[in-house]
Amino acid sequence: MLEVKGVYKTFNQGTINEKVALNGINLTLNDGDFVTVIGGNGAGKSTLLNMITGVYPVDCGSIKIDGVDITKLPEHKRAKYFGRVFQDPMTGTAADMQIEENMALAARRGKPRTLNFGIKKSERNEYRELLARLGLGLEDRLTSKVGLLSGGQRQAITLLMATMQNPKLLLLDEHTAALDPQTASKVLNITEELVSEGKITTLMITHNMKDAIRLGNRLIMMDKGKIIYDISGEEKKKLKVSDLMDLFAKASNGEFANDRMLLG
Amino acid sequence: MLGFFTALPGAAAQGIIWGIMAIGVYITYRVLDLADLTVDGSIGTGGAVLVMCTIGGMDIRIAMVVAFLAGCLAGLMTGIFHTVFGIPAILSGILTQLALYSVNLRILGGKANQTLSVMKYDLIVSLRDIPNAIVIGLIFTACVIAVLYWFFGTEMGHSIRATGCNAAMARANGINTNSRKIIGLVLSNGIVALSGALLSQYQGFADVNMGRGAIVIGLAAVIIGEVIFGKIFKNFALRLAGVMFGGIIYYAVITLVLRLGLNANDLKLFSALVVALFLAVPYWKGKVLPKQVKTQKRGV
Repeated sequence: MLEVKGVYKTFNQGTINEKVALNGINLTLNDGDFVTVIGGNGAGKSTLLNMITGVYPVDCGSIKIDGVDITKLPEHKRAKYFGRVFQDPMTGTAADMQIEENMALAARRGKPRTLNFGIKKSERNEYRELLARLGLGLEDRLTSKVGLLSGGQRQAITLLMATMQNPKLLLLDEHTAALDPQTASKVLNITEELVSEGKITTLMITHNMKDAIRLGNRLIMMDKGKIIYDISGEEKKKLKVSDLMDLFAKASNGEFANDRMLLG
Repeated sequence: MLGFFTALPGAAAQGIIWGIMAIGVYITYRVLDLADLTVDGSIGTGGAVLVMCTIGGMDIRIAMVVAFLAGCLAGLMTGIFHTVFGIPAILSGILTQLALYSVNLRILGGKANQTLSVMKYDLIVSLRDIPNAIVIGLIFTACVIAVLYWFFGTEMGHSIRATGCNAAMARANGINTNSRKIIGLVLSNGIVALSGALLSQYQGFADVNMGRGAIVIGLAAVIIGEVIFGKIFKNFALRLAGVMFGGIIYYAVITLVLRLGLNANDLKLFSALVVALFLAVPYWKGKVLPKQVKTQKRGV
């Protein structure tokens, strides 16, 4: 369903800060895939997501979704295909707007914005039910400003917003990295639930190797702008953290195995 | 001191008219999070268009609409500079403002000012009848607030607010942030020109310099309104009303200091310092007062 072909991206080309972020990426996702992506800092994981969603243009290569070439579409026009949750809990929601207003904005992703009221009455009940499922007590706070909520609450709402329209592809960019361990695991549980329920094709970047192994049916490892390892099915199930560590060591001569990975 | 109190109704009328402009400024400065300096030019455009249309024999109500649309065009120009040309918003506004000086001179038939006598034309407001001017000004303000309250509650309005609050989130949810900025700038400058149209009737003339420093007065009204009424006015419509009250308070203070003997030539210096002070208040508050630690424990 997603087809990334020969994508290259270099930042600050021709300057002293030149950085090759993506160095010939080829990636095909099948319907219903739940892919976890791991790799060191600067491996190009986030850049890959930003290329798919159109935050920056690609240098060359093509990106197709369900056969539609979206390589040249501006970010807001391809947003209808994607649900996104970002690493920074502040990025996914509008802080000065109410919870229900944020959700109504997401419910209209890919639709024209008219002069009809921004939220219909029937929607409110729907949102209340969705929020109740999070078990965070947010269902009674529909009109609270999102800026008053904690990072975990905001990530949970962003997840709801990203999945409520059943996107073709859900993109999670280390969405639990900024949360404390307890909150992170709660948000991860919500993620699993929403993804399996909607059978949403998902691409999840994570720094936590255990999560990368435990979740999903396929695992991708990136290094220096390339996919260096792609494993799925039974083979992935047998994978251990130590196997990944060995692979990292081989790929980058040990540079990659920092404390954060080991502790994660 | 008695002189001050007799001058208060006039200050209120002026404050209300400038308050409408400040509501326009609120849309860009607070909702869209852009500092739009176009207003220094577009308020003059509104005034000039109204005066020339009225002198030319147009019905005053239609002239008001034309003035509004002229302001919209000014906002469109800034919006295009900002989004299509990629010029920072503040510089885009300065460019349009500069361009409008020439445009306004042309509208005024090549003269620096044109008079509009209340004796000759059927004007909506005039300083000859201040109570009437206050009532009409309040009606206009109420209509502008009502329309904006409705508009920013629509799907389109929501998308503009999201653009100003978090552009990355807006784009991720399929909102064209460039077009929303343009719509906001157009709407804002339309309202500013409407205020200019009322102002030129009130003072009985349009002047090519009538908008000089308008953005400062607008910001003053917005910030005074927020500092004084921010704690009690939470609702969007009330916050806009707070902006209007900010305009009235600003003009009351100006009237007072003039009565106390401030040289009128020093007025703009005084305005700039007052606005600088009010802008500094939230910043200093955050620096001096230790942040209150929230004791309430938060779950996820």
